[in-house]
Amino acid sequence: MYKIVKKQELNSTVTMMDILAPMVAKKAEPGQFIILRVDDDGERIPLTVAGYDRNAGTVKIIFQIVGATTMLLNTKNEGEYISDFCGPLGCATEVEGLKKVCIVGGGVGCAIALPVAQKLHEMGCEVHSIIGFRNKDLLILEKEFAACSDKFTVMTDDGSYGRKGVVTEPLKEALENGENYDKVITIGPLIMMKFVVATTKPFNVPTTVSMNPIMIDGTGMCGGCRLTVGGKTKFACVDGPDFDGFEVDFDEAMDRSRMYVDFEAKEREATCNLFKKEVK
Amino acid sequence: MALQPLKHEMPVQEPKIRARNFQEVALGYTEEVAIAEANRCLNCKNQPCVQGCPVNISIPDFISKVKERDFEGAYNIISQSSSLPAVCGRVCPQETQCESKCTLGIKFQPVGIGRLERFVADYHNKNFSGEPELPQSNGHKVAVIGSGPSGLTCAGDLAKKGYKVTIFEALHLAGGVLVYGIPEFRLPKSIVQKEVDALKKYGVDVQTNVVVGKTITIDELFEDGYEAVFVGSGAGLPRFMGIPGESLKGVYSANEFLTRSNLMKAYKDSSSTPIMHAKRVAVVGGGNVAMDAARTALRLGAESVHIVYRRSMEELPARKEEVEHAEEEGIIFDILRNPVEIIGYHNPDDRRDPKNGFVTGIKVIKCELGEPDEKGRRRPVEIPGSEYVIDVDCVIMSIGTSPNPLIKNTTKGLEVNKHGGIIVEEETGATSKRGVYAGGDAVTGAATVILAMGAGKTAAKAIDEYLSE
Repeated sequence: MYKIVKKQELNSTVTMMDILAPMVAKKAEPGQFIILRVDDDGERIPLTVAGYDRNAGTVKIIFQIVGATTMLLNTKNEGEYISDFCGPLGCATEVEGLKKVCIVGGGVGCAIALPVAQKLHEMGCEVHSIIGFRNKDLLILEKEFAACSDKFTVMTDDGSYGRKGVVTEPLKEALENGENYDKVITIGPLIMMKFVVATTKPFNVPTTVSMNPIMIDGTGMCGGCRLTVGGKTKFACVDGPDFDGFEVDFDEAMDRSRMYVDFEAKEREATCNLFKKEVK
Repeated sequence: MALQPLKHEMPVQEPKIRARNFQEVALGYTEEVAIAEANRCLNCKNQPCVQGCPVNISIPDFISKVKERDFEGAYNIISQSSSLPAVCGRVCPQETQCESKCTLGIKFQPVGIGRLERFVADYHNKNFSGEPELPQSNGHKVAVIGSGPSGLTCAGDLAKKGYKVTIFEALHLAGGVLVYGIPEFRLPKSIVQKEVDALKKYGVDVQTNVVVGKTITIDELFEDGYEAVFVGSGAGLPRFMGIPGESLKGVYSANEFLTRSNLMKAYKDSSSTPIMHAKRVAVVGGGNVAMDAARTALRLGAESVHIVYRRSMEELPARKEEVEHAEEEGIIFDILRNPVEIIGYHNPDDRRDPKNGFVTGIKVIKCELGEPDEKGRRRPVEIPGSEYVIDVDCVIMSIGTSPNPLIKNTTKGLEVNKHGGIIVEEETGATSKRGVYAGGDAVTGAATVILAMGAGKTAAKAIDEYLSE
């Protein structure tokens, strides 16, 4: 059992938790992920590490309430426990030797992009961050990004905060203005990462994307997380989750991510109904 | 008394009924039938059957005890050699091991050794409630990586010798392939749990959610005071064929399909892990895992399930009993067929059609058997122009695995072969790294439970000798 030592709602659909898991905290690096189960009958879900405190032995996770399992997780409070917390899994984001990087985060993906930005900043790398959200209410981690970025832009789709528009607009401007990034690192919805890659490709700036496909074991056993990268089958859990954005088949990844939409909708509804009953 | 030429039948659930439930297929001998079957044993002096057993159980001796109705005595004899008798009695390929050497088998059917082992183990599990006698601790710490058949066996043997053993398991539940791979209807999970609990009674500590190579490395285990390490991390990433369409929705590896159903209990309505309840299923491959996947798909409600295998029935690598059970249940064997493409739905007029990207069929090409390959198995040769499509909505690839890279990549001095399997000295299981031993699928690639157990046993003996020096 793994204790929730801190819980904080970042907005109405995104929650942050610090989980006591000293063995995981000791090893975790930005870009890696964990697998958790909320209770003994629960499914295994992967979440990318959003931070860690090696001394306190805690690992930070930030999750969006999208399905039955994240809904259930969100009902757990500080001091309560979850059944399983396994990791750190996957490979850490490669940051060695980078001097100037643009971080592009979208939605809850910003939670995963933040530790990468922080690590780069600590290394003395020049960090430009662009983070995007649908609207002001969904904005998270603004202060944290501001603190570790040399240049920082917030975008909202509806213009309710920061600049109106999508993250690729300021990225394209920066590239056109001759910003010579060693690398662009992007984490967010598949469709956003696809367009980030389409933006950087003409400028030939190496672009790393973080893939978070459907997973079960997360240790290289089941093959459910497979992607086509450079025409070859790769497994996000052991080969990734970071990949060369120019090589990833995004259309296939987006299609595969929709395999269980019907089931997930039903599960979510069933979980909702369960909670409603409990409230009565 | 005239010798009965045939094995006593083991009662099974009716095929039509069992094909729709997940309860165990075979129901086991009664005491009387077990004694009658035991009486078929000739108790040969040279004991050829023992040579056929990878863990060398004293087979005629335990059968003699069954004849005397001393079932607990029989259990004690088996458990001297095997840590998992209830498991082996169910999943061992006896027909190619002990039973293939049985003298009776020359003229008649061999003694049903597997069925007797299963009976004895089940009798013990049902009737014995005592505590095992704990060995005196020898103060040595050993780490075992993986809680599958090789790890459990190695841990069990060492614990019985007084070692303090810790098992590190990557998943949330101990048992390895016995819990994620082999289905409930072939090996009830309560039996695996009993075997794991029995080990815990011997003082074995099982730490779940620890991925060695990620959470902790082998070198760190040594720093933490472990004096020897056994690597039984099992097989790894599933293989795919590299044919078009393998990324369509509805294509699974057998590992994924079985893990969803077995470990994550997706076969129960209450599970929050999804699985496809397909109507028409093709399983590619002919091993035990392919049979398990096919029969699981049937139990999840499929109307038709095809095994697509490129050689003939003779060459099927699966255990004979599993093939027979599968045939009885109505699994269709499309033998001498090789898949060339998986076909998916595509609506050119509507990009958002929810059916887009789901499997609709598998195109196969007919084969005939040609010259034998290096292993002596006749090679399938494709017949040009014989392609046709089998209509299915789910394809399960069961064509083997390649070793997991996690431990190899994080352990300096651990040598692997060109396939990625850990290189060991066969007689001891010793790897190229001092104090590190390995066995099971991590070494051999996908093989059987009993071979993994044999390797765990060999390594336990070698570790004991190494630490006694």
